[in-house]
Amino acid sequence: MKRRELIALLVVGFCRALPGAPGSWAQPGSQLRFCIHSEPKTLNPLLVDDDASETIRYLTGGVLVRLNRMTQQLQPELAIAWKMNRAGDAISFTLRKNVRFSDGTPFSAADVAYTIHRLMDPAMHSPTGDSFRFGNGEVETRMGGEDRIYIKFPAPIAGLDKLFDQVAILSVNSPNREMAVLGPYYVAENKAGSYLLLKRNANYWKRDSAGRQLPYIESIHIDIEQNRDIEMLRFERGEIDFIDSLSAENYDRLAARAPATIHDAGVSMDAEQIWFNQFPNAPLPDYKKAWFASARFRSAISESIHRADLARVVFHGHAQPAVSWISPANRFWFDARLRPYPFDQKSALRLLTQDGFSLRNGVLYDRSGRTVEFSLITNAGNSSRERMAAMIQQDLAGVGIRLNIVTLDFPSLLERITRSYAYEACLLGLVNNGLDPDAQMNVWLSSGENHIWNPNQKTPATAWEAEIDRLMRAQASTMEAKKRKEAVDEVQEIVWRQAPFIYLVNKDALVAVSTNLHNVHPVALQPQVYWNIEQLWMGPTRRRDR
Amino acid sequence: MKWARRAAMTFLVVVLAAGLLANWIAPDSYARQFRDLPDVAPSSQHWLGTDDLGRDRFSRLLYGTRISVLLAPAAALVSSALAALIGGAAGFAGGWLEGCVMAATDLFLSLPWLFLLITARAFLPLNVSPLASVAITFALLGCLGWAAAARVICADARALCDSDILLLARASGSSGWRLLRRHVIPNLMPVLSAQFWISIPVFILTEANLGILGLGVAEPLPSWGSLLRELENFSAFSAQPWLFAPLLLLVLTVSCFHVALENREVWT
Repeated sequence: MKRRELIALLVVGFCRALPGAPGSWAQPGSQLRFCIHSEPKTLNPLLVDDDASETIRYLTGGVLVRLNRMTQQLQPELAIAWKMNRAGDAISFTLRKNVRFSDGTPFSAADVAYTIHRLMDPAMHSPTGDSFRFGNGEVETRMGGEDRIYIKFPAPIAGLDKLFDQVAILSVNSPNREMAVLGPYYVAENKAGSYLLLKRNANYWKRDSAGRQLPYIESIHIDIEQNRDIEMLRFERGEIDFIDSLSAENYDRLAARAPATIHDAGVSMDAEQIWFNQFPNAPLPDYKKAWFASARFRSAISESIHRADLARVVFHGHAQPAVSWISPANRFWFDARLRPYPFDQKSALRLLTQDGFSLRNGVLYDRSGRTVEFSLITNAGNSSRERMAAMIQQDLAGVGIRLNIVTLDFPSLLERITRSYAYEACLLGLVNNGLDPDAQMNVWLSSGENHIWNPNQKTPATAWEAEIDRLMRAQASTMEAKKRKEAVDEVQEIVWRQAPFIYLVNKDALVAVSTNLHNVHPVALQPQVYWNIEQLWMGPTRRRDR
Repeated sequence: MKWARRAAMTFLVVVLAAGLLANWIAPDSYARQFRDLPDVAPSSQHWLGTDDLGRDRFSRLLYGTRISVLLAPAAALVSSALAALIGGAAGFAGGWLEGCVMAATDLFLSLPWLFLLITARAFLPLNVSPLASVAITFALLGCLGWAAAARVICADARALCDSDILLLARASGSSGWRLLRRHVIPNLMPVLSAQFWISIPVFILTEANLGILGLGVAEPLPSWGSLLRELENFSAFSAQPWLFAPLLLLVLTVSCFHVALENREVWT
């Protein structure tokens, strides 16, 4: 599909996505209220590294292109067109004209160039900039007048255009610097530890199909509230307008009391998983290292776990058995040929027998006659994980394995899995915000710090890790989507076979939205509720949209 | 208030007996998961319903009672013994030893215990059975809970050393060991006993606090602390009042200990 056709389609889609917009172009006095769970560490969009700051960046930052959270396709924002070169190391943007920052400063290619140089400045230590940092050398920007810019990076970057979804453009001329924004809102008040007040950007460029300036809602009041139970109570009292990432218990509770408010947006990007410590210098006995290094042992554990029960009992059916490091919510990259390991303890025992294990009187012994017992650590206070661990404990007892569950406070757990390596197995969840597999390079490359089961390898410890290294590098160095997809599919299949991570469940994206908030279409990607913030509006109680 | 003491003692005996006889009284194992019946309301099959993994709540309450009510006195015994040893020695010896011990006690009391317990728990070996884990938890409580009691005992021992009784005993030629055996220990027993009884509910509550943080007794073993975690979702109370059962039992048990303790103080 040509880009113009795509843009036209997106514009049509955008216009159709506005059923029942309000009569006036803005709603004086309307205020959206919700909670974030920690204080934003920064308001500088280039330094964002936490969820709370990302919320503020999403609501205030103007970006060249935006990943539509519903279609998972890029759509034009400040750039009306863009083109990548064949090598994948350069991109040119044609910018929207007559756009102004929130303080009235005009927007031009010079602002984009300034932003890119700040982003790539090593002294900035920008986490967003890290995604663009491949190869050695300087980034080059060339302006073609006020509305064209060409950016060349030192090395090819797979999925380069999508990375610009995270880059909020700064003003080179504004005296307000980071506080001058191109997004729908600007930060009007920031009361540390208490709340942030965002106000509508009167200079925002976007208009609806009737030519009315967006956004509709006048202001956004964001409370900082760590306690999810209090957040829930406030929602029930009508003090806030939505909650995202609801727990299954709270979802079911609301389903009974206020069914019109809840939405299950389907499987999310989040996965829960177990892995065994395979670090060669870990302070573990050699016989346990041998168990954990065996793919058959790991697969047997995987087959012994009843994932459907985990999804049904722990997540009340709002989850599905997980199969891969890419969630089915990631429509393009997920390998749909993969199937979750079946719950089959007979097959698990066959695999264990092949490795020299034997089951006698309900207890599993290894070839040296040692009873098979290991500990599983997880973070204290996370009731879902503790319940999953208790269910896995009972499942593994079915093949004669004794599992000791240890809940640790999070810093102690991190210390064990990243520094001392004094653990045997760990149960944790991974939150994936990026769609592109490149975002997980640090997990899958054997030299990566986050190659958590055996990090920072000088040379790959196993043939299959070497193969994953090769495939991940191959997909990162080609610009052809088909070839990238083939390589990533192969990695998913290797991971499925070797089970370095035993994927348990993918949780559903559960949200609760006040019936006063309109045009809400919750999605699995973050932000789940306000991804179309400009088009949301407050009004009389609605019936459930879906 | 004799009737109150009797009622409290009777209640404590019943609770203790129920815990000890859990193997026979409990309708199911504390670990058995009825996965098709998670979170069901009380019924003839499950008197207090099931928890979110389908485990029988009544059975877990009985086994949890055994853990908490048996191990809390054990931890209290350890802490009282440590307090007697440290506080008694400091009070009896006096001088620089007393100064050092009291300074150490003050430091110990000023530490944020919950965080220290969490840290200490994190340093323990991971591969321990649930039973060993619960024993470790209470042993930690016992080893770390001596300071306040030691202060009281030190003060008492100091007063005793300065008393006419001991002066007379010394003047009569009693040796240090005889003084300790015949005069100091018998006179410290009432305060030691009081410290022991006070510590029991404190340790039950501390384990409950650790359990609420997920750091107490390991799964699948229940304790009052782990059972109280179901109350985290406080908005569900009105719909499921039976969730209060462990809390009610804890409050009643602690109250009964206090009533029993009051009377013990009268005896001393």
